[in-house]
Amino acid sequence: MTSQLPNSFRSGPDERGHFGIFGGRFVAETLMPLILDLEKAYADAKADPSFQREMDGYLKDYVGRPSPLYYAERLTEHLGGAKIYFKREELNHTGSHKVNNVLGQIMVARRMGKKRIIAETGAGQHGVATATLCARFGLECIVFMGAVDVERQQPNVIRMQMLGAKVVPVQAGARTLKDAMNEALRDWVTNVSDTFYCIGTVAGPHPYPMMVRDFQSIIGAETKAQMQAAEGRLPDSLVACIGGGSNALGLFHPFLDDPTVEIFGVEAAGHGLTQLHAASIAGGRPGVLHGNRTYLLMDEDGQIQEGHSISAGLDYPGIGPEHSWLHETGRVTYLSATDHEALAAFQLLSRLEGIIPALEPAHAIAKVMELAPKRPKDHLMVVNLSGRGDKDIPQVAEILQAAQK
Amino acid sequence: MTTRIDTRFAELQKQGRAAFVTFLMAGDPDLDTSLALIKALPKAGADIIEIGMPFTDPMADGPAIQAAGLRALKAGTTLKKTLALVQAFRRDDDATPLVLMGYYNPIYIYGVDKFLVDAKKAGVDGLIIVDLPPEEDSELCLPAMQAGLNFIRLATPTTDDKRLPAVLANTSGFVYYVSITGITGSGSADSAVVGEAVERIKRHTKLPVCVGFGIRTPEAARDIARHANGAVVGSALVDALAKSLDNDGRATASTVGAVTELVRSLANGVHAAQQAAE
Repeated sequence: MTSQLPNSFRSGPDERGHFGIFGGRFVAETLMPLILDLEKAYADAKADPSFQREMDGYLKDYVGRPSPLYYAERLTEHLGGAKIYFKREELNHTGSHKVNNVLGQIMVARRMGKKRIIAETGAGQHGVATATLCARFGLECIVFMGAVDVERQQPNVIRMQMLGAKVVPVQAGARTLKDAMNEALRDWVTNVSDTFYCIGTVAGPHPYPMMVRDFQSIIGAETKAQMQAAEGRLPDSLVACIGGGSNALGLFHPFLDDPTVEIFGVEAAGHGLTQLHAASIAGGRPGVLHGNRTYLLMDEDGQIQEGHSISAGLDYPGIGPEHSWLHETGRVTYLSATDHEALAAFQLLSRLEGIIPALEPAHAIAKVMELAPKRPKDHLMVVNLSGRGDKDIPQVAEILQAAQK
Repeated sequence: MTTRIDTRFAELQKQGRAAFVTFLMAGDPDLDTSLALIKALPKAGADIIEIGMPFTDPMADGPAIQAAGLRALKAGTTLKKTLALVQAFRRDDDATPLVLMGYYNPIYIYGVDKFLVDAKKAGVDGLIIVDLPPEEDSELCLPAMQAGLNFIRLATPTTDDKRLPAVLANTSGFVYYVSITGITGSGSADSAVVGEAVERIKRHTKLPVCVGFGIRTPEAARDIARHANGAVVGSALVDALAKSLDNDGRATASTVGAVTELVRSLANGVHAAQQAAE
């Protein structure tokens, strides 16, 4: 691709929500006025110092931020190369980075006077975070979840229900994350006046990709300060897994204009890139779905294909539009890890560091296992440990038992 | 530029009646049956024909049209085959306006310029693309107008007076008023409320206004036709089609008849309504 390099990688999107050719507002007319309202409400909130002050209070005392930047000594020794740090987003309240964004959106929803919150969820982490904050602020919460994901992520379904949310199993299509998002959009079109749609990743129509990125950028901002305190300099590389890409963009964004920092996003390669997978950049091309133009998995006729990954949080057939742009400009390198590689990383990390990661960041760890040994010992590598693995334990146990037979 | 749509509305106005607009999904349940159905529509009373372009992720559609799209895709329908269907229809009918309705991605992937050339050549008169609001007019709306196709916009209950001019600015052919906030096939609108909404839109445009979403019976169609220049029925026809299929979702001997019979009775409802003098 021959895109002209921008002066800054951090100035997007433009006023129409575009990152290069990506992004935009491809929604039904019924939703358009709502999206314009949200854009204005978010701009107002951003300009209001009391909004950030209130957020900071909840981030500290309710979410438990800042999350630690931890030197993973045994993994570093085991791999024998780069010095590896974990950004411990799995230690946040609710067990993943998702809560950073949900807190922000719920605060915006409260400013807009919306009482009914809807969300889509894949692995259930975004659903749990949304259910949690709705409980905290006394809001009605409805979570759309593909029926297949309801089956494979039972612990999170139960958590959401305990928190008072209504979980709606979606039977349409392949019954996974993409279909949950369709169903959430259908609900929103129907319940326009009182409903706020809390999108869980850096996708959807403008202003969602920008707003979710902004709320997640606390990950990278903290990392920058923590690395400065620990090592007195910037890291040399960043690694994060990508479904829609919110944990990745949250880590990456504050570093995009630091040219010495190498940045790697890791997509889910499922059974392998020539078979069933969920790697939109490696195996897809630009198209339009769910309100934005971005890399998508589709057939020759423009029909969307199902993503496949062992991780319910990664098997979305698209990716946030800003990632598509960062790919085309070459600022971020996108890699992919297979189900098999992620499982191996899941086990290695559990035994070496006493940290059971979610299957999503296990994909990032899998690529760290390849990248780190090739880097010198003074190379500082940060990987976003975006979620904890509690939710995946039954599924992984079943797979490992089946493999032993 | 005068399209078949403009000509049809001029004729109907002379006759003092509203347009009956039908929606069926291209290739549902298979391409041959679909062609037979579409060919039968004008005789059964359809004044304007909307044909859905199937898409895997129809975000504004309810269960009936979602299922229709999946049946069509399963039967191998592609955008190219949808255009071939239009071309086949046009061999015998050069008057009935034909509008393609759907989502943007299949057109984007086909290639906008190539699509517009091929659609025009096949005999398409207008486009309704659900996920292209005026904010994205440069994508397809403006090129379509240049190519001589009507770009028919949806106006909804959330489109307020402040926004209406933007929605109507590049709209041509007619305005499609979505009478409820919701997905296709859900709920039904009160005809008095719809009447007020149509009047509101007419204060901003001279274009005909057709009303859709939630019209299922001849009586409802008649009530809407009293207030608007046209009534659109989709999900009810698709439901009738679905009920006529066998257990494997294939067409039966009764499929075409079941749909055309409903079209006939709905058309009678629409045509029974006297149009208010313009």
